[in-house]
Amino acid sequence: MALLETKNLSISFGGLRAVDGFNIKIEQGQLYGLIGPNGAGKTTIFNLLTGVYRPSEGKIFLDGEDITGKKTIDINKAGVARTFQNIRLFKKLSVKDNVKVGLHNSYHYSTLCGIFRLPHYYKVEAQMNERAMELLKVFDLDGDAETTAENLPYGKQRKLEIARALATNPKLLLLDEPAAGMNPNETIELMNTIRFVRDKFQMTILLIEHDMKLVSGICEELTVLNFGKVLTQGKTGEVLNNPEVIKAYLGE
Amino acid sequence: MDFLAHLINGISLGSIYAIIALGYTMVYGIAKMLNFAHGDVIMVGGYVIFIAVSNMGLPPVLSVILAMILCTILGITIEKIAYKPLRNAASSLAVLITAIGVSYLLQNAALLIFGSNPKTFTSVVSLASIKLFDGRITISGETIVAIISCLIIMAGLILFINKTKAGQAMLAVSEDKGAAQLMGINVNATISLTFAIGSALAAVAGALLCSAYPQLTPYTGSMPGIKAFVAAVFGGIGSIPGAFIGGIILGIIEILSKAYISSKLSDAIVFAVLIIVLLVKPTGILGKKMQEKV
Amino acid sequence: MKKFNLSKTTKDNLWTYGIVLVIALITGILLLTGNLSSLMEGLLVPICSYVILAVSLNLTVGILGELSLGHAGFMCVGAFTSAFFSKLTENVITVDIVRFILAIIIGAAFAGLMGILIGMPVLRLKGDYLAIVTLAFGEIIKNVINVLYIGIDSKGIHFSMKDSMALGLEPDGKIIIKGAQGITGTPKDSSFLIGVILIFITLFIVLNLIHSRDGRAIMAIRDNLIAAESVGINITKYKMMAFSISAALAGVAGVLYAHNLNSLMATPKNFGYNMSIMILVYVVLGGIGNIKGSVIAAVVLTVLPEVLRGMNNYRMLIYAIVLIVIMLFSWSPKCLEWREVFMEKYIRPRFAKKTSEEGK
Repeated sequence: MALLETKNLSISFGGLRAVDGFNIKIEQGQLYGLIGPNGAGKTTIFNLLTGVYRPSEGKIFLDGEDITGKKTIDINKAGVARTFQNIRLFKKLSVKDNVKVGLHNSYHYSTLCGIFRLPHYYKVEAQMNERAMELLKVFDLDGDAETTAENLPYGKQRKLEIARALATNPKLLLLDEPAAGMNPNETIELMNTIRFVRDKFQMTILLIEHDMKLVSGICEELTVLNFGKVLTQGKTGEVLNNPEVIKAYLGE
Repeated sequence: MDFLAHLINGISLGSIYAIIALGYTMVYGIAKMLNFAHGDVIMVGGYVIFIAVSNMGLPPVLSVILAMILCTILGITIEKIAYKPLRNAASSLAVLITAIGVSYLLQNAALLIFGSNPKTFTSVVSLASIKLFDGRITISGETIVAIISCLIIMAGLILFINKTKAGQAMLAVSEDKGAAQLMGINVNATISLTFAIGSALAAVAGALLCSAYPQLTPYTGSMPGIKAFVAAVFGGIGSIPGAFIGGIILGIIEILSKAYISSKLSDAIVFAVLIIVLLVKPTGILGKKMQEKV
Repeated sequence: MKKFNLSKTTKDNLWTYGIVLVIALITGILLLTGNLSSLMEGLLVPICSYVILAVSLNLTVGILGELSLGHAGFMCVGAFTSAFFSKLTENVITVDIVRFILAIIIGAAFAGLMGILIGMPVLRLKGDYLAIVTLAFGEIIKNVINVLYIGIDSKGIHFSMKDSMALGLEPDGKIIIKGAQGITGTPKDSSFLIGVILIFITLFIVLNLIHSRDGRAIMAIRDNLIAAESVGINITKYKMMAFSISAALAGVAGVLYAHNLNSLMATPKNFGYNMSIMILVYVVLGGIGNIKGSVIAAVVLTVLPEVLRGMNNYRMLIYAIVLIVIMLFSWSPKCLEWREVFMEKYIRPRFAKKTSEEGK
């Protein structure tokens, strides 16, 4: 059974059909790429998958469970985490606290316990700190743990977003243009990190990306989107050599 | 018959609210700030007219024009000194607090100059009242002038914004300051112009308000200012027809609830209606729907 | 030195408590040695309630990031419910402190409940719309209390929104809330010491909440609502939590305030939007989200007009000008730039020198 499967997923804004009959099947542990020209509807698909938008038609299944039309928070609890094209960090919080917000639903103590600083508070906070530092280490951010998130350089902000998403302990990780704005060296480093995350956490990753080097470097399968419709799907090498894909990207 | 009389009074009070609300809404639309001092500009206008008429013996029309000029200068000065430096501040609350400071400043300056005793304002309206239905309803001259002024001002503003270059510039600045600047619009001048118009309208509102309710104190403008702001939000802040509709509805509700429910609870009822409207339509009656792009 | 290696937030919190303690001690000494003018003495309890109000409003404005202009309304609810309770039980519970503690709990509970009732529909509004609706709620609360008549007799409690006659009390009855005249003769249970203790309790609750799992969730919503949702934070729950705790603490401030007055009336001055705005001024001037700043701003801005009293009528004018100038100085991007340049040029080099010498 596929980890993520969508059937005929569609949404219209006014008269515009932004996503039209989108079908995808992603297996557990796969690194999957979603590419296409600007305005093809890639981010809209992420917004549909995470419940920001409700689909007009179609179904979404996560690990066999129907998550269509669920609220964002419930979809996250079901196991989908994401990053954003325009970085959305908790700017005024420290790097560590950003990750700890991601850990929110995995560690519990009551409000009163927090206010009165009962022993349980210290115990759980210590566990959260430990886990947060572990995750930060993966992204080489452990040295910046106490830095305010908005003061991080751009590349590290992108990584922190991935760390925060991972903190929610997802089954499926959605990365929206993770390499945007990075220089070639940072991109290569990011590719290694993404591969590492997949291997270490046995994560299934769906990513949107324009950087073809990154896409061809790490994605095993691709879906190409054009004008809200699937242009082609398949193994990365085959898809990238498909003349129709080249046409969609370069025009005629 | 009583009801009709109350309704007309409500529309008249509503017209005054609408004029104030127009100023509020324009400033909000352009500068994206709640100008808490707007109500106090009304009060300043009131005092200017009071002095011009009572102490200098100027004719009413001339005094109103004088008040408009002085309030315009006041409005532009406030914007330049107190608001402009904070336009790009990290928090939009900064300029709100400064506006509150300006409001205190105007009130206390007036208190210092004129004292806290209310001044009896001589109406600037010399129009005789009209009797309808064999004298069963009397409509005062103030009522008629308030309604007519409001309609003229509304029509004038809509024409100004749609037909003139400066008005189009205002629209552009309210949509996107940065883009407007890139298109060669002088953003600073446009904002100044908005404050100028808003303050001149406040002076007119001061004249009408004090003519209808002739007790002038340093705090005269404060509550009508708040209510006009409520009216602006009610109608959908940033929208000129919205401010008009909001003002009129607010005036009617206030007068009717004073007449039929309780004079002490009328403000509470006005505010309760606002809350209900906003809960049903979170951006007001004519407000635009906003959604953040993900 | 390793023993004192406290985390930054702990240090910051200790500073906040320390500042309150020092101010309270100095004031206490001045009070006991008779060096405080009677005017200032009368201000002590109100200052304590303003500090609590400022700190609690900062929870809504600074930590949750929502603008509320109706904070005085919650204070009003706390003041009236608790004063009502104290009047009612004055002869039943004779131990003042027990009665007052119960009054505080009742004031906080009702204000908190009002916070939940108002917050539920209102918190989905945003920014200035939320601000105006909270302002409206504050005004409604004040208005309703002004027409409220409550009396008690052998048959129980009677309500009316008309006048005291409409209560239809038996001859043995007494009126407790008398419309615009409010409540008179509330037992004077508040004192400066109690005020200071309540400030500490407020600080304890707010600071510990901020630095807990719930506090992080609240601040995450403030910084980025969409991202907070995407990591599974329950937006409504945490907005309500911050708002109602803030309201309950404002209620506590109201209890303190009410039990310091012989006659409690809901005038525009003490419970109207002017009051809400004044508290907001403390919060913004002290620094949005900065709890320590709220405390200092509330104290300084309440004392300032009294210090300026010698200048008679000019004092409020000066207050207004000071307010504007401080705002321009501390928020204008240009001013901040100048300050930064100034610091780099004159202040920092000295400090750098000092520390490097100590390092040797």
